[in-house]
Amino acid sequence: MSETVRRRGRIGYLLLVPALLWLGLFFVVPLYSLVATSLFNADGSDLRGYQMSWAWGNYTDALDAYWQPLLRSLGYGAVATLLCLVLGYVLAYAIAFKSGRWKNLMLVLVIAPFFTSFLIRTLSWKLILADDGLVVNTLQLLHVLGSDGRLLATPVAVIAGLTYNFLPFMVLPLFASLDKIDHRLIEASSDLYANPFVGFFKVTWPLSLPGVVSGTLLTFIPAAGDFINVQLLGSPNQRMVGSVIQSLFTDANDYPAAAALSMILMVLIVAMVLVYVRRAGTEDLL
Amino acid sequence: MTGRWLRERIVLFLGLVVLLYTFVPIAVVILMSFNDPASRNVYRFDGFTLDNWANPCVDPSMCSALGRSVEIGLLATLAATVLGTLAAFALVRHDFVGRSATNLLIFLPMAAPEIVMGSSLLALFVAAGFSGQLGFWTILIAHIMFCLSFVVVTVRARLAGMDDNLEQAAMDLYATPAQTFWRVTFPLVFPGILGAALLSFSLSFDDFIITNLNAGQTTTFPMYVWGVAQRGVPMQVNVIGTLMFAISIVIVVSGELNNRRRTRSLTR
Amino acid sequence: MSQVVEQGSTAGEGEVHSGLRLRSVTKSFAAFTAVDDLDLDVPSGSFFALLGPSGCGKTTTLRMVAGLETPTSGTITLSGQDITYAKPYQRPVNTVFQSYALFPHLDIFENVAFGLRRRKRPDVKKQVEEMLELVELGSQAHKKPAQLSGGQQQRVALARALINKPEVLLLDEPLGALDLKLRRSMQIELKRIQTDVGLTFIHVTHDQEEAMTMADTVAVMNQGVIEQLGAPAELYENPHSTFVANFLGQSNLIEGAVTGRASDVVSVDMHGIGVSVPAERCHAGGDKGWVGIRPEKVLIGEEGEALDAPGNTIPGGVVTDVSFYGVSTQYLVRMPWGQELQVFEQNTGRRRLFRTGDRVELSWRPEYAFLLDHSQDASAGSQRVAE
Repeated sequence: MSETVRRRGRIGYLLLVPALLWLGLFFVVPLYSLVATSLFNADGSDLRGYQMSWAWGNYTDALDAYWQPLLRSLGYGAVATLLCLVLGYVLAYAIAFKSGRWKNLMLVLVIAPFFTSFLIRTLSWKLILADDGLVVNTLQLLHVLGSDGRLLATPVAVIAGLTYNFLPFMVLPLFASLDKIDHRLIEASSDLYANPFVGFFKVTWPLSLPGVVSGTLLTFIPAAGDFINVQLLGSPNQRMVGSVIQSLFTDANDYPAAAALSMILMVLIVAMVLVYVRRAGTEDLL
Repeated sequence: MTGRWLRERIVLFLGLVVLLYTFVPIAVVILMSFNDPASRNVYRFDGFTLDNWANPCVDPSMCSALGRSVEIGLLATLAATVLGTLAAFALVRHDFVGRSATNLLIFLPMAAPEIVMGSSLLALFVAAGFSGQLGFWTILIAHIMFCLSFVVVTVRARLAGMDDNLEQAAMDLYATPAQTFWRVTFPLVFPGILGAALLSFSLSFDDFIITNLNAGQTTTFPMYVWGVAQRGVPMQVNVIGTLMFAISIVIVVSGELNNRRRTRSLTR
Repeated sequence: MSQVVEQGSTAGEGEVHSGLRLRSVTKSFAAFTAVDDLDLDVPSGSFFALLGPSGCGKTTTLRMVAGLETPTSGTITLSGQDITYAKPYQRPVNTVFQSYALFPHLDIFENVAFGLRRRKRPDVKKQVEEMLELVELGSQAHKKPAQLSGGQQQRVALARALINKPEVLLLDEPLGALDLKLRRSMQIELKRIQTDVGLTFIHVTHDQEEAMTMADTVAVMNQGVIEQLGAPAELYENPHSTFVANFLGQSNLIEGAVTGRASDVVSVDMHGIGVSVPAERCHAGGDKGWVGIRPEKVLIGEEGEALDAPGNTIPGGVVTDVSFYGVSTQYLVRMPWGQELQVFEQNTGRRRLFRTGDRVELSWRPEYAFLLDHSQDASAGSQRVAE
């Protein structure tokens, strides 16, 4: 009979208002500014000022000029997410079902490396994948790579970096889902003549779907918007939309184009997420 | 027999391989912190030295960037933790109109791509005429914004998981509402608040994408690393990386050992 | 509720009552009325049980006494003082919570000392040590609650409430989380402590056996009202409603028509067989009613066998089920009108066991039978096992 009683009254609002105000002012209002900026006249500049000219042309111009990085971002993001799912599932499954009393320690170890600077870790990969490094030399020896083949400045390096950097975003939700599964269900399925593979695909996998959906979203969204990996591990040939937006803002000072591209990225991501969530049948996640 | 032994452990083994893989770059960072580079432009291990550790601030701009990141991290953590904790209490303990809209507003910043959040904040600052004043304060504003949601979610989970009979028991045992809060509620929620603060600090300290767009001429530690990555990375950067790793390992492992000690005395 | 006024109140209206008194207390949550116009008197020093199925309003009643809920209407007085709207920390009432609600961040000593410290009482250390001795936990003082077993936690919760010497101690299903064996020993323990300290205990439970073995007065609650209140034996032997008859133990309820009312006996025609019920055990006014008889009061015998039960004899039964329990045997007997009656027979060894299909006749002494209102549902209260 002890239901949480939520008190009505002014205090609740007083507690909530500072945080909401902050998010409103510095998250919602900026989104509005972004939309507005994306419609400013393209020939303005920071010095001369901009006018709101409902310049929808900014969008078509941005798409014309940058459709390649845009598509590449979504593609690299998707491949990295898929790789994260495979690696992350193995790791999360091992922690949830096979780690015994080391469960918490392993979980802690999953997170620990990611408290070390993102940039420093990515620089590490640059060294590991370097042209005369161990990895490249081994692959050359095995003739996977040609004698002048390289990894840096290729899509492989960029996707490897993305996969590495966003792995915990996949592992943690997967683990949360898997850990909730009652082990007796899996035993029951084997009692009902399911071999381990059938048992996995008929019982474990469907029950872990909420974790799969939230893990893939949490991985895909930052991976598609990232530009650190492509900048440090790739080359201009692998330019992703994040780097375009950032250089349009900071180097070219072409705010309307940058804002338009930003909006396009966001709309694309939101659309993909909605379609994906609907198909996966887990709308209640949002 | 060995086949069976192997089959039962193959998943654990593969999992450990994946876990090991996440530590490879860390190992390189630690190794390189002892590197004695032959040239600034070639990034490889040339020889062992303790010089990097003895003189971390050879490049003073690195240490000032580091100091600035710590400062921003602490301030952002403080503000986000206070605001987020208050909001979490409101969400769990109070009733108000617009609950689902509020939940959405708190969820969105965690799901939005950083580049979009960063560029929209910049668009706002430019539109408001602050493009000349970008720097410490604009970075701080941005960091508080993106840490806030994580604090709310973390503290809310802790609060929601708390047995509300405990507070009723305190009231039943002659504790006034204020005493109930400080003697029972706060001590029990504190681990959640501490966890949220640690998360905030590491998010703030490590952020590059949003910071870079709104920093103006100010340089934080990740921005410094970004800058030198294009030229040549001083080995002292790896010293800082190693230190960050060591500190976080000490924090999480000591927390874990603490848990373990508690559970062990439970089963005794 | 009229029953309550008849039986419950010993002190007349207006006089200062030394115990706890509830008058016309109602508690509604939105559309649902949890407690409906309740009158209740708990004399001080008694061990009082509020018994009922979950959702009957017993916990809400307890929480209103504790101050954790405010009544929608009505008054609650304690030793003559109105405490209806007093805050929980302002009333001399303490609670042992169902989940114990021990503070996980404080050790056992500090949990027990909590109430004393809040009221700035002297000699905290001595009192806590004494209290921990009373509940036999002296050696555990510096452990955290999570390090104790369920039974030990239960005793800490009890000690934490008792040490404040409340005028009324409320126990909200305090033994619900314990296994059966521990439950039995804790029941004896609780009873011993109550006798030692002499406080008023109000014990909320859905376990009829627990209520009957521990309490000196039991109030059976159903759907927000008290169905019947009295000493356990009185409730069991002379239930006033079908709910009480079924909820406390088991009853056979047989439809019958009242054929005559004398000053001390009521005659009932039960499917063509005349039986009689003592007038003081008759709780039905109309010309129809439910004749009730407890299964262990029914004797079973072969057709024509002379049984030691002058009075009501019903021939024509057929045994449909036999369950052997060791100390007793339980029969189901199908009667000529199609109803199956339960019979418990002690295995004294003097009588033979019947087998399924045997033709038998049943009988009982008239003084054991009771008559209940026909408008009540004959199966009310019998689903409690499903909880």
